[in-house]
Amino acid sequence: MKILVCVSQAPDTTSRIAFTEGGKVFESSGVQYIVNPYDEWYALVRGIELKESLGGSVTTVTVGSAACDPVIRKALAIGADDAVRLDVDPTDAMQVASLIAGYATDKGFDLILCGKETIDHNGSIVPAMVAEMMDWPFIALASKLEVNGRVASVQRESAGGTESVEVSLPLVLSAAKGMAEQRIPNMRGIMSARSKPLLVESGQAEPATEVQEFTLPPPKGACKIIPAEQAEELIRLLREEAKVI
Amino acid sequence: MSVLAIVSLKNGQPTKGGLEAASYAAAYAKSLGTDAVALISGSIDGDGGLGATGVQRVLVHAGGITDSSQWAKLGAAAGLEIGADATVISHDHFGRAVGPRMAVRIGAGMVSGVTALPKSGLVRKNVFSGKAMADVAVKQAKAVYSVTPNAFGIASDGGVATTESFDAEVGAVREQVVSFHAASEDGQVPLPEADLVVSAGRGLKGPENWGIVEDLAQALGATTACSRPVSDIGWRPHHEHVGQTGITIRPNLYIAAGISGAIQHLAGVNQSKVIVVINTDPEAPFFKAADYGIVGDAFEVLPRLTAAVRALNS
Ligand SMILES: Cc1cc2nc3c(=O)[nH]c(=O)nc-3n(C[C@H](O)[C@H](O)[C@H](O)COP(=O)(O)OP(=O)(O)OC[C@H]3O[C@@H](n4cnc5c(N)ncnc54)[C@H](O)[C@@H]3O)c2cc1C
Repeated sequence: MKILVCVSQAPDTTSRIAFTEGGKVFESSGVQYIVNPYDEWYALVRGIELKESLGGSVTTVTVGSAACDPVIRKALAIGADDAVRLDVDPTDAMQVASLIAGYATDKGFDLILCGKETIDHNGSIVPAMVAEMMDWPFIALASKLEVNGRVASVQRESAGGTESVEVSLPLVLSAAKGMAEQRIPNMRGIMSARSKPLLVESGQAEPATEVQEFTLPPPKGACKIIPAEQAEELIRLLREEAKVI
Repeated sequence: MSVLAIVSLKNGQPTKGGLEAASYAAAYAKSLGTDAVALISGSIDGDGGLGATGVQRVLVHAGGITDSSQWAKLGAAAGLEIGADATVISHDHFGRAVGPRMAVRIGAGMVSGVTALPKSGLVRKNVFSGKAMADVAVKQAKAVYSVTPNAFGIASDGGVATTESFDAEVGAVREQVVSFHAASEDGQVPLPEADLVVSAGRGLKGPENWGIVEDLAQALGATTACSRPVSDIGWRPHHEHVGQTGITIRPNLYIAAGISGAIQHLAGVNQSKVIVVINTDPEAPFFKAADYGIVGDAFEVLPRLTAAVRALNS
């Protein structure tokens, strides 16, 4: 089983979100970057589990500058075998997907696993674009993945519940909660990550969209506090003032 | 020039996300002075209520396909047929699979999770899990937009749409749906689609106490949710876990009892239209993100709210 896991960096959830240059650029100074949680907790760990049970290898691919190297090392510490960084500072999903598909084509991968979205742009676009570019089947928001020979059995979100889907490999999949449990890298993993291969390749692809401006939402109005003994008043406000029930 | 809405069906009806996509497409088409056309695969009664959203025509593909690659081919063919520059789809499990594939196929720029109509070449979406917004320009002649659930609403003041059959070469099925499992046996609306949500956290102290949460949800017709530690320790099923690592929801009303309001929890719920927080601790961070708050014991407050809702309903 030859597995490729798409790994992105993302600002830690607790980061202060601010922008500079007239709302054009995310203020990254002082921001702690982490492995995008959906990539790490779900896609990467499931990839490693499949490798452990079926044999094979897990390679990670990241589109980004050298600033991404620490999160790539973290992915290696968790258990990926090697990593590739496509050295382009990405601005759009089409661009990232083109670079990943360009790298993955003809490399003999059986599975490309992605997190369901990144927690910065919340795009959820790259995985299905990679599938279309490779002309592979695709499963969105998968919560379970088993592989039996050349057939993958997948559970995914669907209207009003979940669906079980069978699909033959090769396959691209976006992973959501349920797929795997978080793994904390141990000392041996962290030590060995330092010497695992991290290949850097240059690349070129055009973005199809561009963010013109970021803005912060208007500050939330003050919370209206209702005394605990007057719970009925809250229900009245929800109906007559907020008009939500 | 026209606008195409790609609409998925469930049990012979457009899904809520599909109706939202159609409403968005119709409003956008109107702002451009053109028509909106919906595309479905499968069969519906009449126009399936799509005319009411404001679309003029419904293209009906008889195949009832679900495969993402087949859908992308069908959508691309329909877009070509009607001369669509913009394609609209739901930002759910369906749109996340089909929208990007279609964008690649037709060479469109895609903006996902939009929350408002495009204006002066820019379209708005939420980023950083609702902590900021971005105005995005599409640099290609064609665009694909996926609409954030519950952000735009479903229009109902349109007319009746004409239906016509439509066919295209869609290739083989590779993603075989084997079975479907309903999220809940008790008829609750699934969390991603719920308008009203009652959620509880570690403050409820144990799974045996969830009756008061379920009672309020039932009185309101709401869906239940929970914080992560609660699903981690097995007090509640995993599909109820909302937040950064669970699911992101955007209901009209989110009631949180005994949840502190950690930033990872807020990331999944802060786009709710109205937030109500019930917590014994007046310093709980959740109050800063709330519209209404009750400083009090959930064990006393929840049953009172339930009684008040029942009184209002009767
Ligand atoms: C990387 C990462 C990802 C995470 N992802 C998520 C996520 O997706 N979703 C999520 O929810 N969390 C997530 N967390 C965990 C998060 O940080 C919090 O620990 C968690 O949300 C706390 O859950 P809680 O509010 O139920 O419990 P607590 O923080 O223990 O809060 C319980 C609250 O109940 C109140 N309380 C106690 N008794 C009562 C009573 N009788 N009546 C009313 N109120 C009462 C207390 O005052 C307190 O505010 C994540 C954490 C990390 C590090």
